[in-house]
Amino acid sequence: MDFLNAIVAFANFVLVPATSYGAQLALGALGVTLIYGILRFSNFAHGDTMAFGAMVTILVTWWFQSMGINFGVLPTALLALPFGIIATIGLLLFTDRVVYRFYRRQKAAPVIYVIVSLGVMFIMNGVVRFIIGPNDQKFADGVRFIISARDFKTMTGLSEGLAIKASTGITIVTAIIVVAALFWFLNRTRTGKSMRAFSDNEDLALLSGINPERVVMITWIIVAALTTIAGVLYGLDKSFKPFTYFQLLLPIFAAAIVGGLGNPLGAIAGGFVIAFSEVTVTYAFKKVLKYLLPENLEPTGLVQLLSTDYKFAVSFAILIIVLLFRPTGLFKGKTI
Amino acid sequence: MAEPFLIGENMTGGYGTGADILHDCTVSVDKGQIAVIVGPNGAGKSTAMKAVFGMLNLRKGAVRINGEDITGLSPQDRVAKGMAFVPQTSNIFTSMTVEENLEMGAFLRRDDIQATIEQVYELFPILRDKRSQAAGELSGGQRQQVAVGRALMTQPQVLMLDEPTAGVSPIVMDELFDRIIEVARSGVTILMVEQNARQALAIADKGYVLVQGRNGFTGTGQDLLANPDVRKSFLGG
Amino acid sequence: MNPAIKNPLLFALVFSLIIMTGFLNSWNVALGILNMGLISAVMALGVNLQWGYAGLFNVGIMGFVALGGLGAILIGMPPVGEAWAAGGTRLLFSLAVAAGTIVGAVVLWGRMAAGRARTLSMLALLIGGFFVFRALFDPAVAAIEAVNPAGTGYLGGLGLPVLIGWPVGGLLAAGAAWIVGKTALGLRSDYLAIATLGIAEIIVAVLKNEDWLSRGVKNVVGVPRPVPYEIDLQNSASFVARMEGWGLNPVTASSVTVKLMYGLLFAAVLLLMIWLTQKALNSPWGRMMRAIRDNEVAAEAMGKDVTRRHLQIFILGSAVCGIAGAMMTTLDGQLTPGSYQPLRFTFLIWVMVIVGGSGNNWGSVLGGLLIWFLWVQVEPMGLWMMDLITSGMGDDSGLKKHLLESAAHMRLLTMGVILLLVLRFSPRGLIPER
Repeated sequence: MDFLNAIVAFANFVLVPATSYGAQLALGALGVTLIYGILRFSNFAHGDTMAFGAMVTILVTWWFQSMGINFGVLPTALLALPFGIIATIGLLLFTDRVVYRFYRRQKAAPVIYVIVSLGVMFIMNGVVRFIIGPNDQKFADGVRFIISARDFKTMTGLSEGLAIKASTGITIVTAIIVVAALFWFLNRTRTGKSMRAFSDNEDLALLSGINPERVVMITWIIVAALTTIAGVLYGLDKSFKPFTYFQLLLPIFAAAIVGGLGNPLGAIAGGFVIAFSEVTVTYAFKKVLKYLLPENLEPTGLVQLLSTDYKFAVSFAILIIVLLFRPTGLFKGKTI
Repeated sequence: MAEPFLIGENMTGGYGTGADILHDCTVSVDKGQIAVIVGPNGAGKSTAMKAVFGMLNLRKGAVRINGEDITGLSPQDRVAKGMAFVPQTSNIFTSMTVEENLEMGAFLRRDDIQATIEQVYELFPILRDKRSQAAGELSGGQRQQVAVGRALMTQPQVLMLDEPTAGVSPIVMDELFDRIIEVARSGVTILMVEQNARQALAIADKGYVLVQGRNGFTGTGQDLLANPDVRKSFLGG
Repeated sequence: MNPAIKNPLLFALVFSLIIMTGFLNSWNVALGILNMGLISAVMALGVNLQWGYAGLFNVGIMGFVALGGLGAILIGMPPVGEAWAAGGTRLLFSLAVAAGTIVGAVVLWGRMAAGRARTLSMLALLIGGFFVFRALFDPAVAAIEAVNPAGTGYLGGLGLPVLIGWPVGGLLAAGAAWIVGKTALGLRSDYLAIATLGIAEIIVAVLKNEDWLSRGVKNVVGVPRPVPYEIDLQNSASFVARMEGWGLNPVTASSVTVKLMYGLLFAAVLLLMIWLTQKALNSPWGRMMRAIRDNEVAAEAMGKDVTRRHLQIFILGSAVCGIAGAMMTTLDGQLTPGSYQPLRFTFLIWVMVIVGGSGNNWGSVLGGLLIWFLWVQVEPMGLWMMDLITSGMGDDSGLKKHLLESAAHMRLLTMGVILLLVLRFSPRGLIPER
C-alpha cells in the first residue's frame, strides 16, 4: 500500500505535470526547429509570438464569455483558438513581408536574422503589453478536473490522491493531434515534402522548381498555429503573463537544441527531456520517500535537489551537457 | 548547318562582379546527342555549364534552346523550359528517401508521375530496391544514380551533368556512362562536364576542350581522342 | 558628410539633448540620464568588443552586469561578523567541497578510459558530492540567514572602498564568461546566444535566491559611496556658503554636485575603456580579431587558434560589462536582484551597439548615451502622445484609461522599431566601422 501511495504521489506531482509541460515545450520547440530548418535562424521572438497568439485567444475568449457562448465542459478558449491562430498567421506573414523578406533577398548571415528577430521580439513584447498589460490573466473555464484528488482517493482507497486537471488532458490530446497532423503533413503531402527538401538542400530544391517564398510562407503559417496552440495550452495549464512567455524561450531553445536543431522528432523528445528533468529536479521528494523508507530513516528535509527558482538552471545544465558531449543533439539536427 | 538544339554562344562572364572566367566560349549540342566538356583544372568547364544553365550573369553572348533565346531566364525558369541540371556535389536530398527524391524532382509536374518513376527504376534497378531508404545512406554510385534520376523526373529535353563520375569507382563509372548513353538514345540531349576525359570523349558525339575559359579544341569525341595535340596536352600521351 | 565633422556633431546633438533636459526639466534629471548613459556606454563598449571585433553574439549581458553589481557589494559592504561566526567557515568549506567535486569529476573524466565504468563512477562522484555539499551547505546557510534577517541575514562584504569592487565585479563576470565560453564557443553562433541567455537567467536567479550571498529580493541597500553624501554637503558650512554665494539652493546644489562627481568618475572609466579598446583595436591583436571575424576559415588556415581568441575576447567583453554593472550598483547605492530584466539589461544594450555602429567604439559610446536618453524620455513622450490621442475621449472611457495606463509599454515598441529601422536602412549604424 505504501508503495502504491509512493507511486501515486510521484505520478501526481512529477509524471502528470511534467507530461503536460513537456507537451507544451515540445510544441514550442517544434516551431523553433521549423524556423531553424527552413529560414535557418534562431528566432528570439518565438516566446513573444506565443504570447501574442495566446493574447488574441484570450481576448476572443472573454468576448465569447461576455456573450454567453461556451464550450460546455471544455474551456471556451478552445473555441477562440482558431481566431488566435488566424491573427498570429496574419502577424507573422506581415512581419515576414516587412522585415525578414528583405534580409532573405540579401542572403544575410544567420546572425543578422537573429538580431533582427530581437527587434521583432521587442515590438511584439511591446504590443502584447500594450494591449493586455503585463499582469497575470485568467481565462480558463469549463470543468477543472478530469479526476480530482478526492475522487481518486475514494475510488482507490489510497491516502494519496492523483489529480488530473482538465487542462492537462486537453494539452496532451491536443499535442498528440497537432504532432500527428504535422508529421502527416511533412511526410505525406507534396507541400510538406517540399518543405523537407528545402530544409535539406536549398539549392537543389530551387533546381527542382520548389518556390522558396511559398515554402517560407507555409512555414510561418504552421509556426503561427504551433505557437498559438502552445501558448494557449500553457496559459490554460498555468496562467498567462507576457514575461513568463518570454522566459519560456530558454527551455524551448534548450529542448530544440537537445533534440537536434532542425529535427522535429528531436524537438518533441527534447521538450520532454527538459520538462521531466526540470520537474524531477525541483520536486521535493519527501512525500514519496515518506512511503518508501522505514520511519526511522524518514528524511527531515524536503529532499528537493534544487529550489523551483532554479528551474532555468536545469534547462541550462542539460543544454551544456549536450553541447559538451553531443553538439548535434540527441537526434541528428539540421534537417526537417 | 541547322541550329543545334542547345547552344551557349560566345559566352563571356564570371560569378557576381568578379573577373571574367569565360571568354567568348561556345558550346552546343544536337538533339539526342552527347556533348562533353573536358579540360584541365580551372579551365572553366563547370562554369561554362553553369552559364548555359543561367547560374551566372553573362556579359556577352546568348543561350538558345530549340531556337528560343533563354539568356535572360533564371535557372528555375530554364527547368520549366525542359532543362535539368545535376550539380557535382549536394545533388540529392540526403534526409529523404529515394522515392521522395524522385518526387521532388517532379515537383513542377502536375500530371501522374508514376510512369516516370517506373522509367527511372528501369534505368537504375538498384533504386527500386532502395526506394524507401534515405538517399544519404546510399553508396557514392547509387547517390549519383539518384541524382540523375531526380533530374530525369521533369522529363527534360536536355540533361546537364556536372562531373557525374566524380569520386566513384571505375566499374561504377562505366556503368553510369552506359546509362547516360541509354538516356541519350531515348532522345534526351546531354551536356556533360567530365574529369575522366578519355572515357567521356569515347562516348561523346561532340567534345569541347576548354583552356582558360576559351574554346581550345572542338570536334567529335573520336576526332579529339585522335588529335595528337589534345592527346599530348590533356590525355597524357 | 565627412565623418570628422559628422561624428562630433552627433555627439554634440546627444549632449544638447541632455542639456535641453536640464533646462526644460531639471539638472538632477539631466545628470541622472547622463550618468546612466555613461554606464550604458561602458556596457555597449563591452558588447562591441565581443560583437564588433569578433562577431560573438552575447545575449547574457544582464547576467554579467548583475555579477558586477555583486562584486561591488562583496567589496564595499561591511562584513557581518555574527553571520561569519554563525556559519561563514562552514559555508566556505561546503563551497570548497562542491568545487572539489567538480574538479575531481573533470580529472576523473580525463584519467579513466572511456566506457561504462567511467560514466558510472563520474555520476557516483557527482551525486555523492552533491549530497555532501548540501548536507554542509544547508545548515550553514540557515545559520547565516537567521542572523538578524531584517537587517543583514547575509555574510556582507569585505568593507573595503567600493571602487575596488569595480574591477572585482569585472573579474566575477570574467569567471562566468569563461564557463560559458569554454562550452559554447567553437560551436554554431546560435549556441553561444542560447548559452549566454541561460547563464544570465541563472546568475539572476542565484542573486535572487541565495540570501546569504546577496540578501536576495530583500536587496542590499546603503552601499558605501565613493563620493560624499548630499546630507554631509548640506551640513558643511563652507559648501553651503559657496553655493549661496553663487546664488544656488544648497539642497539642489548638493545633489547636483554628487551627481556631477559620479559623472566625472564614470567619464574617467569610460575614457580609460575607450583608450584601451581603441589601442587594442589598432594593435596587431585587434587586426587579427577582425581578420578572424571576417574570415574564420582563412584565419584558421593561417594557424590562428580561433576558438581561443574568441574565448579571450568574450571574457574581456564580459568583464567590461561586469565593471559597468558594479558602477551601476555603486550609483544606485543598492543591489536589487529583482530589477534585472533581460529586455532592459541585455536587449537594450544591443540596440545601443547596433544603432551606434557595431565595430566602432565611438559608435557604441554614442549609442549608449543616445539610446539611454530615448529609453528614459520615450515614456513621458508616449504619455504625452496618449494624452493627445485620448483628449477627445470622455473621461469615463475605458479605452482612454487603458491607453493612458499602457503608455509605459511604448518604450519597448519604440526600441524595437528603432532597431529594425537602423538594421534595415543604416545597418552599419550612426558611426560606422572604418
